[in-house]
Amino acid sequence: MSDKRERDEISGTETTGHEWDGLKELDTPLPRWWLYVFYGSILISIVYWVLMPAWPLANGYTRGTLNWSDRANVAADVQSLRAARMPMFERLGQASAETIAADPELQEFARAAGESVFGDNCRTCHGAGGAGAPGYPVLADDVWIWGGTLADIEHTLRVGVRSTHPDTRMSQMPAFGRDGLLTPAQVSDVTEHVISISSARDRLAPDAGAAARGAIVYAEQCALCHGATGAGDRAQGAPSLADDVWLYGSERADIRSQIELGRGGVMPSWEARFDAGTLRALAYYVHELGGGEPDAPPPAAPATEASAPSQ
Amino acid sequence: MWSFHKWFERHSLILIVGILLVVSIGGLVQITPLFFIESTIERVDGVRPYTPLELAGRRVYIREGCYVCHSQMIRPLRDEVERYGHYSLAAESMYDHPFQWGSKRSGPDLARVGGRYSDEWHRAHLVDPRSVVPESVMPPYAFLANADVDATQMDDHVRTNRLLNVPYTDEQLANAETDALAQAQPMGEHAFDFEQRYPGVAVRDFDGNPERVTEMDALIAYLQMLGTGVDFNAYQADTPENRR
Repeated sequence: MSDKRERDEISGTETTGHEWDGLKELDTPLPRWWLYVFYGSILISIVYWVLMPAWPLANGYTRGTLNWSDRANVAADVQSLRAARMPMFERLGQASAETIAADPELQEFARAAGESVFGDNCRTCHGAGGAGAPGYPVLADDVWIWGGTLADIEHTLRVGVRSTHPDTRMSQMPAFGRDGLLTPAQVSDVTEHVISISSARDRLAPDAGAAARGAIVYAEQCALCHGATGAGDRAQGAPSLADDVWLYGSERADIRSQIELGRGGVMPSWEARFDAGTLRALAYYVHELGGGEPDAPPPAAPATEASAPSQ
Repeated sequence: MWSFHKWFERHSLILIVGILLVVSIGGLVQITPLFFIESTIERVDGVRPYTPLELAGRRVYIREGCYVCHSQMIRPLRDEVERYGHYSLAAESMYDHPFQWGSKRSGPDLARVGGRYSDEWHRAHLVDPRSVVPESVMPPYAFLANADVDATQMDDHVRTNRLLNVPYTDEQLANAETDALAQAQPMGEHAFDFEQRYPGVAVRDFDGNPERVTEMDALIAYLQMLGTGVDFNAYQADTPENRR
C-alpha cells in the first residue's frame, strides 16, 4: 500500500494515496450542504444543553434555563382544564336533576362531561348508550336495582356494588340450587312461580300446578328480599320480579339458572378516580339515558382537592 | 497528526481499545450517573412486590405477548391523564423485571386497569373479548381458564426477583409455592397465612372456578393490582422532588 496522494484524471478529485494492486481510492470531500447541516446540529445541541435539562451531574442534573418539566407542564395543563370546568362543576354540585334540566348551558355541560367519562369507563360493561349486557344492567331503561334518582345513581357510582369500598352497596342472593338449599324440583317450582308473578307470564306460560307449589317455597325463601308480590326492594338491592326485565337472561332456563346460582355482579367504586363534579355529571348522564327518576335536591358535595393531575 | 492516525488505524488491537473507550463514554456519562443521583431515584409509598400468583399472572402476560398491544405507561400528557388517570411514576415499575411499559397501543393502556372492572368482566373479556366490547380486535384467551398455574416454579421466580433486589422475605420465599395457590382460595387452609405474609392483598377466587387455580386466576390477579399501589390523593405531585 503506497501513500502517494495524486489527482485522479477522470473525476478531478484527489485520491487517498492508498493503493492495493493498482486499485486506488478517491478522497471525495463530503457535500457542503451535509457538512453545514452537521455543524448546525452541533450548534443546536449546544443551545439545547443550555435551555433544556441535559447533563447528569454528581448530584442532580443541569436543569436548563427554560426550567422545563413534563410533570409541571401536565400539572399546569390539567389545572387550567380544571379551572375552566370548575364554575360549571360547582354549579353541578348544587344542582338537582330538575335544575340541570332547566338550565340549557349546565345541561349541555353535564351531558358532554358525562358522555365522555361514560365512554372511557362504563361503556365496556354497560354497553354503548347504557344498553347493558347479560349480567350488566341496562341503564337506558327505567328499571333500577338500587334506585334511579340522581342521588341514588351517584351513590352507586361512589361506592360501587359488592366492591372493595367500605360502604359498598351489597346484596347476595344465595345459590339455592348449587348449595343445595332447594331441591331441583323446588327450584323448578319456584321458577314457575316467579314467571307467574312477572309480566313474562304471557310469554312463557307457567305451569299452574308447579307455580302453586313454588309459591310456598317463594314465601319462605324469596319473599323476604324480593317482596311477597315480587316487587323487589331497592334498599336491599333485590330486583323486581314483577316486570319482564332479567339481568341474567329472560328465558325459562336463564331464570332457573339464576335461582340455582344466585349470581351477582361487581361494580367498582369510582369515588377515588373522579372528583365530585365529574361524578355528578356522570350520574346525570346515566339518569338521562332513559329512566332517571325525579328526586329532591341532593346535598351539595364539596369539590375534592385532589393533587393536581390525578383524576 | 496524520502519521499518528495512520499508526492508530493500522494496529487493530489499539484501534479496538480506542473504539471501546470512545463508545463507552456515552453510556458512562448518560446512564451510569442515573443509578446514583438522588434526584432521579423516586420514592413513593404503596408500591409492593408482586405476590407469587401475580408473578405467575405477569408471566402469562409476557408469554402471551400482551405487551405487544397494551402499554403500561401513562405519559404526562393531558389527554392520557384525563383518560387513564395519574401519569405513571418510575417507582411504580420498581419491582418489574423487566418492566412492561410497551410501546404500542392497539388496545388501551393497562397501567391503571386494576379495580376498574370486575373479575367477572375480565373473565368474560378474556374468554371472548367481543362479548363485552363489540369493536375489540383482541384475540380470545379462553384456554387460560383450563390451564392450571404451575406453582412448583414460583419459588425460583421469587428467588430470582430477590437476586434483583426485590425485597421478598425469607418466609415469603419459603412459602412461594403455597402462596401462589392460597391467594385464589379464600376458603383454603393457607389463606390466613397468606394474608399475614402479604397484608392488604386481595384474596379472591379470581376466575370464578373454586375447584382449580388456573392461569386465568393468575392473570386477573395481576391485572387487578396494576396501578393500585400508590394513593394519588396523598401523593404530592407539586413538591420539587416529584417534579422532573
